[in-house]
Amino acid sequence: MDTEALQQSFDEKIDKDIRIEPKDWMPADYRKTLIRQISQHAHSEIVGMLPEANWITRAPTLRRKCILIAKVQDEAGHGLYLYCAAETLNITREEMTEQLLTGKAKYSSIFNYPTLSWADMGAIGWLVDGAAIINQIPLCRTSYGPYARGMVRICKEESFHQRQGFDILLSLCRGSEAQKAMAQDALNRWWWPSLMMFGPRDADSPHTIQSMKWKIKRFTNDELRQKFVDMCAQQVEVLGLQIPDPELKWNEARGHYDFGEIHWDEFWNVVKGNGPCNKERIAARTKAHEDGEWVRRAALAYAQKQKSGIPESQSAKATIKD
Amino acid sequence: MHGDNTTDYLLFLADSSLIMGQRLSEWTGHGPMLEQDIAITNISLDTIGQARYFYQLAAKRQNEKTGKTEITEDSLAYLRDAHQYRNLLLTELPNGDWGQTILKIYLYANWQKLIYGKLIYASDKDIAAIADKALKEVQYHTSWSSDWVRRLGDGTSESHERMEKALEYLWPYTGEMFMETDYERRQYERDKDFSLDTIRKEWTEEVYHILQEATLTLPQADTFMHKGGKKGVHTEYLGYILAEMQFLQRAYPGCEW
Repeated sequence: MDTEALQQSFDEKIDKDIRIEPKDWMPADYRKTLIRQISQHAHSEIVGMLPEANWITRAPTLRRKCILIAKVQDEAGHGLYLYCAAETLNITREEMTEQLLTGKAKYSSIFNYPTLSWADMGAIGWLVDGAAIINQIPLCRTSYGPYARGMVRICKEESFHQRQGFDILLSLCRGSEAQKAMAQDALNRWWWPSLMMFGPRDADSPHTIQSMKWKIKRFTNDELRQKFVDMCAQQVEVLGLQIPDPELKWNEARGHYDFGEIHWDEFWNVVKGNGPCNKERIAARTKAHEDGEWVRRAALAYAQKQKSGIPESQSAKATIKD
Repeated sequence: MHGDNTTDYLLFLADSSLIMGQRLSEWTGHGPMLEQDIAITNISLDTIGQARYFYQLAAKRQNEKTGKTEITEDSLAYLRDAHQYRNLLLTELPNGDWGQTILKIYLYANWQKLIYGKLIYASDKDIAAIADKALKEVQYHTSWSSDWVRRLGDGTSESHERMEKALEYLWPYTGEMFMETDYERRQYERDKDFSLDTIRKEWTEEVYHILQEATLTLPQADTFMHKGGKKGVHTEYLGYILAEMQFLQRAYPGCEW
């Protein structure tokens, strides 16, 4: 088939909501967009482990410690599925890691904010994972098969993460004055960055229109952001905390909550690398990668030694993926 | 913490597993490759889980004696100071590089495997039940870590050298596992076929076998061995581990979390 016929067959599949699979023909830009989005998503999971891992050793009870460890481990698992999904588009994990560490690939800016108190574990679960779910549920129906299937499992786990975050905040809000103040302080710091997680306004989002056409994205940034605000404005009542936005109020005519203007200066600054922890996060990933190099090299050398000494069928087990 | 003569023994097992898990959890997010980050985090979760079962049992028995409910797994983990901790010194040592951590897991998990392998037959049924669950976990820890000991010992010249250094550093902390305290003796005397001396021989045989396969230099039999952890005399590291771990419980006493 010539390119025109291939394009036509691709367009038909998109129209009929038939999933695009790795071996199917796809336009070069569709592939590029997916690699950008999936790898960015994978990097966000991996970098996102750092702010929460920061409190594992200080978790206040053994139960909370175990839940937090399991949660951060889930993020590693999400990163793994997503890297594998991206690999089906013909890019290696080494290349993606390289792009992350050199700053060529981005990750969600939210992880460039510091975790300053235990309540931040609650705020991240409730707000950051809550925003992630709203962003990600439509991705379970995204047009690229491996991505959509990976997202089904990821969303199930994220939903548990969000509840555990809310539960941390609820315990703090039912606790002492100091605990409640800790929770409010976390909400004050995480609210606006969470709204920024949905990306720039639709008018300033360069990729949205094409991604909607390809059914990679199903809703625009502003639609999803509104959904998130509506959800949080109700849930915060249960906690008895204040969302730090004096303009937040129910708008009967729109059937939605109105909310104040996001500080887009801050958003673009963090994207450009000037957030409170941009340097620390990349430094931590770079250190892990560099410190791990001798380990990966040794594992490879050992696997090769085994391969030369023992039958092929057994040596395959010894192959280590970087 | 006295009165029930199994308390010290339970705390010894619980503290060792907790401090091991606490140290291993420092790797989460920083492992040399994603798959292994997940694996070591699993081991951390398993060991902390084991600690919780032992603490819960110790708390239950203490509370039954006093008729109160004031002792919990968290009061035991978060409100005792270093001199009250009974963990093996080995568990509190710093992670060092990946090789040192791997070797530490291997030496410890192998000991746990033998101890739990005996405890599943203990006349104390509560302890036997916990050991039964934990045994399955530590069998996996042993197998995973021994694979890595072989891989790194017999990998590149750099990895070999790093493993030799790790072995030299960790080995003098292994003897404590087999120096019997009074509370261990009381525990083991209840079950006739339990001998720490036999466990030491089995442990040494298995460990030497893997070290040999990993092409590492076998340690001298007369190496000086550190001790003290089991009786509450620790290295300088434990104080810092507890300061970090107990921070919230100490700064905001009496709160629910």
